[in-house]
Amino acid sequence: MADLTVKFAGVTSPNPFWLASGPPTNTGGQVMRAFDAGWGGAVWKTIGEPIVNTSSRYGAIDLNGVKMMGLNNIELISDRSPETNFREIYEVKKRYPKNLVIASLMVESKRESWHAMVRRAEDAGSDLLELNFGCPHGMSERGMGAAVGQVPEYTEMITTWVKEVARIPVIVKLTPNVISVTHIAAAAERGGADAVSLINTINSLMGVDLATFAPRPVVGGKSSHGGYCGPAVKPIALHLLSTVAKNSRIPISGIGGIGYWNDAAEHIALGATTVQVCTAAMHYGFRIVEDMIDGLSQYMDDRGFRTIENFRGRAVPNVKDWGDLDLNYKVIAKINAELCIGCQLCYVACEDGAHQCIESYKESAKKNAGGFGVHVPRIIEDDCVGCNLCALVCPVENCITMKEVDSGDAPMSWNDRVRQSSATLTLPFPSGD
Amino acid sequence: MPLRETAPKLSPDQYEKNFAEISPAMDSRQAAIEAARCLYCFDAPCIAACPTHIDVPAFIKKISTGNLRGSAREILTANILGHSCGRVCPTEALCEGACVMHEKGESPIEIGRLQRYAVDYVLDNKIELFSAGAPNGKRVACIGSGPASLACAAELAKWGYDVTVFDRNELPGGLNSYGIAAYKLRTADSIREVDLVRQLGVKFRQKMVVGADISFADLEKQFDAVFVGVGLGETWALNLPGEDLHGVYGAIEFIEETKVRPFNEVEIGRRVACIGAGNTAIDVVTAARRLGVEIVYLVYRRGEPEMPAFAYEYQLAKQDAVSFLWQTQPIRVLGQNGVVTGLECVRTQLGSPDAKGRRSPAPVPGTEFKLVVDMVVRAVGQKPATDFLKAIKGLEVNPDGTVKINDLHQTGNAKYFAGGDCTNGGKEVVDAVAEGMAAARGLDAWLGAPRGFS
Repeated sequence: MADLTVKFAGVTSPNPFWLASGPPTNTGGQVMRAFDAGWGGAVWKTIGEPIVNTSSRYGAIDLNGVKMMGLNNIELISDRSPETNFREIYEVKKRYPKNLVIASLMVESKRESWHAMVRRAEDAGSDLLELNFGCPHGMSERGMGAAVGQVPEYTEMITTWVKEVARIPVIVKLTPNVISVTHIAAAAERGGADAVSLINTINSLMGVDLATFAPRPVVGGKSSHGGYCGPAVKPIALHLLSTVAKNSRIPISGIGGIGYWNDAAEHIALGATTVQVCTAAMHYGFRIVEDMIDGLSQYMDDRGFRTIENFRGRAVPNVKDWGDLDLNYKVIAKINAELCIGCQLCYVACEDGAHQCIESYKESAKKNAGGFGVHVPRIIEDDCVGCNLCALVCPVENCITMKEVDSGDAPMSWNDRVRQSSATLTLPFPSGD
Repeated sequence: MPLRETAPKLSPDQYEKNFAEISPAMDSRQAAIEAARCLYCFDAPCIAACPTHIDVPAFIKKISTGNLRGSAREILTANILGHSCGRVCPTEALCEGACVMHEKGESPIEIGRLQRYAVDYVLDNKIELFSAGAPNGKRVACIGSGPASLACAAELAKWGYDVTVFDRNELPGGLNSYGIAAYKLRTADSIREVDLVRQLGVKFRQKMVVGADISFADLEKQFDAVFVGVGLGETWALNLPGEDLHGVYGAIEFIEETKVRPFNEVEIGRRVACIGAGNTAIDVVTAARRLGVEIVYLVYRRGEPEMPAFAYEYQLAKQDAVSFLWQTQPIRVLGQNGVVTGLECVRTQLGSPDAKGRRSPAPVPGTEFKLVVDMVVRAVGQKPATDFLKAIKGLEVNPDGTVKINDLHQTGNAKYFAGGDCTNGGKEVVDAVAEGMAAARGLDAWLGAPRGFS
């Protein structure tokens, strides 16, 4: 049986699953129920000077009847006093000594204010601190949250202040609303951060009510930009996570679009030691962690991984700059005529949206149960560029697969070509993060 | 003269429950979920399978985006009777039968119900989608007001023709109003659909028998062309002894009773035998059971595999607990004092398949038996309206009594066009619509396509 315990910045967590700072960790009652359900840790809803929230606060994008593919919020930090929050942290830690409570903090950018808040959080019994330098809305206009996290110098300075007094590990939470997240991560590391977490929510406007022209979520006919999260943001989170993982030496807590154990496993494979979940818990409640634990254990057992460390970061070296990819590697599409249902979505996708490598056939030997013909398209293999689009649009599992073919040429990347061909004036492909 | 024994009367609520729509309307959430299931196939097989070639993925996409008006326009442009077709089409043999979801191992998209959802929206909200074309000065008469005539009339009206429909019945709509089991289509819904055609400026002259109330000569004088959409005539006789007894009905005539009278006033026996196993027979036996008949026999000369009714229709009859007597041939209607008391039958043996692949039945001597019934319904198909058709000079008929037409749907008399059951011998509503529209195009082409668009 796989061992899910992880050591994060010197502290042991029963499993890598933490609730992210947000509505699910607003109160001691919620956090205790979450621990009962199996969550290893909880990052408390950000504590600071109490604010006043709007009504309404959340907006969502549904897709083809699937609810909440993406969620956004214009909610701010805790609307309860630091006294109340710290008292509840103390009570929770007394009852759940093995589960981690991470105090998320946000205070005005004054050294003494940060010092005071850090001491109170430690006195309450917090296991770690998370500095909220990421909230993209409401607080940033007041010189906090993303206003700090978008400027490397501020990030480094405040991290330094915190580290001057902190005795417990300090996590800096990074905002994705920057040109390069690695610069901010490096600044946090320079400031002495023991770990980073990413991503915070992405700046967004959820939509417009076309009857009233009020943006969503509507507050008296108006709205404001807010933080976007949920399943839709996972690819963005994974990309930013991978760039930080490549460039950073401190542990990472992965956040963004995690709803299932496999999402978590992907974050771990890209370098995260723990993962944080918010939207999925807001959608389905705390019990989602049961399958996260079970599914991850099963996966690890199947793959022979005894601990998280056995596979953590395994995908990081495979994330390359485009210029280093092998241009002589080739796949082409294969259609399994037995499985094909004749919808021809692959045909029209390739014809209109890609590279015109699929032929449509009216005649087909295959008939459906009602005696109607099933039109199975055919791949023009010589023309197929191996783009994946047909396989992506195909509604039948395993019907279209991409088969590796031998191009007959030795591996050759764009950068190889540039290096070998001194006659060309082409610049090397820029390496991005 | 009363039947020997009648079915017990049910409460008004029970009748309504029994005849409630078999395929209830979708609410917006159901429609959204079902529309989202559609894969939006390229060159979709459902379009090809529909006789009127409604662009099914296009109208379903419009439902999923909330564009219900556009969705209904898509449907009704291809088929002005999209409302009734959404309810009565044998979709499992047409669009839904062709749906790729079958191959995926999933249930097909509920195209019929989605179609109805979109069309109901414009009918309920009285949204007018079409308008009459600019008058082109041409006048066309349509004889009969069933699906073929309605489709032909609507198409012509959109092009600026001045169209008048002549119909012998009190209500317009033809078989849609009079000949389809009430739990599939209510007369009121059929009339609502006729109003779509009326909105295009088509005039309806009900209770007008062409040849009697207005002569063919007058018709030809007043109109530039005539469309014949008279459907078929009465039900074929069985030529059995006792067929003239009270309590022997034709199927179409029986269904009509259930459509024009309150359910509790329909004359119905306690035990009923229906002869024949086509789709109309299913309408008869299911309607009979829903009217409270204690036992309904469906009597058919051939076996279950030879049954002409669609599988879906057969299921309906099974669900209504109809008793099927396969390989059973009626030989005599039994009676007393002029009223039906039973049906004498004989078992049959099936011989080798004929040219159509159907095995011909032969009675097995000594297997005669009697059913105790109070009513017998003949559901063995309708005769062509031969007498009426004969009155049109130059109009030719095929050996089976259907009207002979060319590619333009034009008859032997150049001024007369035809479509629907009178040319195809009896098919679905959607086939009649397709033919009515084709005849409109043919008629328009023959007159030199003087289309006027407003």
